[in-house]
Amino acid sequence: MVSVDLLPLLYQGAVTTLKVTVLSMGVAFLLSFLAGFARLSRRKSIRLVSSVYVEVFRGTSLIVQLFWLFYALPLLGIELTALAAGVAALGLNYGAYGSEVVRSAILAVPKGQTEASIALNMSPMLRMRRVILPQAMVIMLPSFSNLAIELLKGTSLVSLITMADLTYQGMILRTFDASRTFEIFGLILLMYFVMAYPLTLMMRWLERRFSAGRV
Amino acid sequence: MWSWSFTWSTLPYILDAMKMTILATIVGFAIALVGGLLLAMGRRSKNRLISLIFTGVIEFVRSTPLLVQLYFLFYGLPAIGISLGPFTAGVLGLGIHYSAYLSEVYRSGIEAVPRGQWEAAKALNFTRWTMWRRIILPQAIRPVVPVLGNYLIVMFKETPVLSAITLVEMLMAAKMIGAESFRYLEAFTLVGILFLILSYASSLLIRRLELKWNRT
Amino acid sequence: MNFASKEAPVVRYRKVSKSFGDLTILREIDLDIAPGEKIAVIGPSGSGKTTMARLLMTLEEPSSGTIEVDGEHLWHKNVNGKLVRADEKHLHSIRGKIGMVFQHFNLFPHMSILRNVTEAPIHVLGLDKEEAIDRAITMLRKVGLADKLDHYPTQLSGGQKQRVAIARALVMRPKVMLFDEVTSALDPELVGEVLAVIREIAAEGEMAMLLITHEMDFARDVADRIIFTDGGRIVEQGTPEQIFYKPESPRLQTFLSRFRAG
Repeated sequence: MVSVDLLPLLYQGAVTTLKVTVLSMGVAFLLSFLAGFARLSRRKSIRLVSSVYVEVFRGTSLIVQLFWLFYALPLLGIELTALAAGVAALGLNYGAYGSEVVRSAILAVPKGQTEASIALNMSPMLRMRRVILPQAMVIMLPSFSNLAIELLKGTSLVSLITMADLTYQGMILRTFDASRTFEIFGLILLMYFVMAYPLTLMMRWLERRFSAGRV
Repeated sequence: MWSWSFTWSTLPYILDAMKMTILATIVGFAIALVGGLLLAMGRRSKNRLISLIFTGVIEFVRSTPLLVQLYFLFYGLPAIGISLGPFTAGVLGLGIHYSAYLSEVYRSGIEAVPRGQWEAAKALNFTRWTMWRRIILPQAIRPVVPVLGNYLIVMFKETPVLSAITLVEMLMAAKMIGAESFRYLEAFTLVGILFLILSYASSLLIRRLELKWNRT
Repeated sequence: MNFASKEAPVVRYRKVSKSFGDLTILREIDLDIAPGEKIAVIGPSGSGKTTMARLLMTLEEPSSGTIEVDGEHLWHKNVNGKLVRADEKHLHSIRGKIGMVFQHFNLFPHMSILRNVTEAPIHVLGLDKEEAIDRAITMLRKVGLADKLDHYPTQLSGGQKQRVAIARALVMRPKVMLFDEVTSALDPELVGEVLAVIREIAAEGEMAMLLITHEMDFARDVADRIIFTDGGRIVEQGTPEQIFYKPESPRLQTFLSRFRAG
């Protein structure tokens, strides 16, 4: 198979895919912490708002959220570009999943750590920043890398709202020569794998590195 | 803006398409349950080459998007002479994709079966097949049933991706309604709410089953 | 028995009770701790002795009653002559006078030994880094671990960890130190090194200590006063002599006989 002629267009698509991935990861990361902390808040109203956010975005499909933001929201007078809708949907969706990771990781830090920092008269802020979070981050790493892989895969859906990502380029190339569709999508699968697998390897490495001998 | 009468008028169409969503979920999950088990056992093979191949397949399927896998099955296979309808390609795609996830679930269950159980089965001179069927699998699967249940919900929420290969499930129905009337808002919102209700209800159900399961 | 000291007590429990749901852990405890006084608390597990310390360290809130530290209310604030529940700011202003060492050490696993000991002096007391390090090294030398500055907690034995935890609490220069069964989680051969360090600190004298312990010999040697708790009450208290050789209450007699037999 000579696939070289397909590569320039697919490369362009992969760049868009990576761009959407990185932007969405940023939004998702931010929302994960925001909503994760909110769910642990002492104020009931804050807890309520954040759990509604999490339940809604985990309970409906990513693709439905994407279509809603891109096709339905303009009818309420808010028009988003495909990129904005894509990043918003991916960010909100994976932010909801990520907030669970943040919440459970913070709760997983042994209680004795909080008690020791209280005994040293650390303020709640200092406690969180220097004692709890550094330990919780280690617990979050594997789940976050998993979510990162899911997010990367999820970006393929933005092709359905007109963004020219890797998947979209495949559909375009297919229209030139339908007989090469097998080759085109085979190649695209391989390219996604090449982008995602380093994340898997990184996750394993992190897990091995941090799971050893912690008390 | 929002029209309630229009919303109610679209509801029957979307509920009708929900049947397809649920059917695809059930068939896809059945494939994944069997496929996942096969992948998990293949990975455990004593033959290093077979084990490596199965590991590779699992990693590859897990690391690539469902949407592209569906395109590959639906648009790619005909190019080499295998034509699949949207439903067949859709449930096959879902099934294969989630086989890879479920194989990991099975694996954790199998690895949790105490060593003594394997040794006892060998000591009693069971055949390999009887050992798996009577001793190992019953103990391996029971504790992972709640996890399998969660994957059922995850998969249910991914069925709208099948609209991309022209299967008329809920999202596709809503899209068609929207394209006809330019009223995407009601149709898509309705689909979102239906997904929320169904997945939330089933997660409650699974939680309850899990409690019951743990008690016995 | 009269333990009234000329000086005002540094800690004063008044009718302090604590319950968790239906379970009452402490019933109307009264206790004064004089400056520099060493008190050992003994009693069966579940008798409320650990809770006494945890209330003073502000890890649990009393259900009723008051605790004063240096003449100021710990869990309450005086607002226009009325006692109201203290906020975090108030707790923070008083908590610095108390230090605590835990049964399970609770060292910070992500920090080196030196940082475990300098973290609070720098960020809570606001000391210069150099000064904090000086203080920390002096203290770590005292507990015999000045050669482990760059190690991490996982690299230390249980006894060493507990000695670091003691140094970490001491650098904050509290007026009262709480030791909550600090040897209970240790292998028997490591108990001695930790007790030796505490004996040494106790001998210096200026700091009050509340030692919750199952080590009877240690309690007898170190404490000025022994308190026996059972069922959430202080059942008997007195000098080590009185408690160990002339116990009055039947419950204390039973408790001690069990210990001697075991």
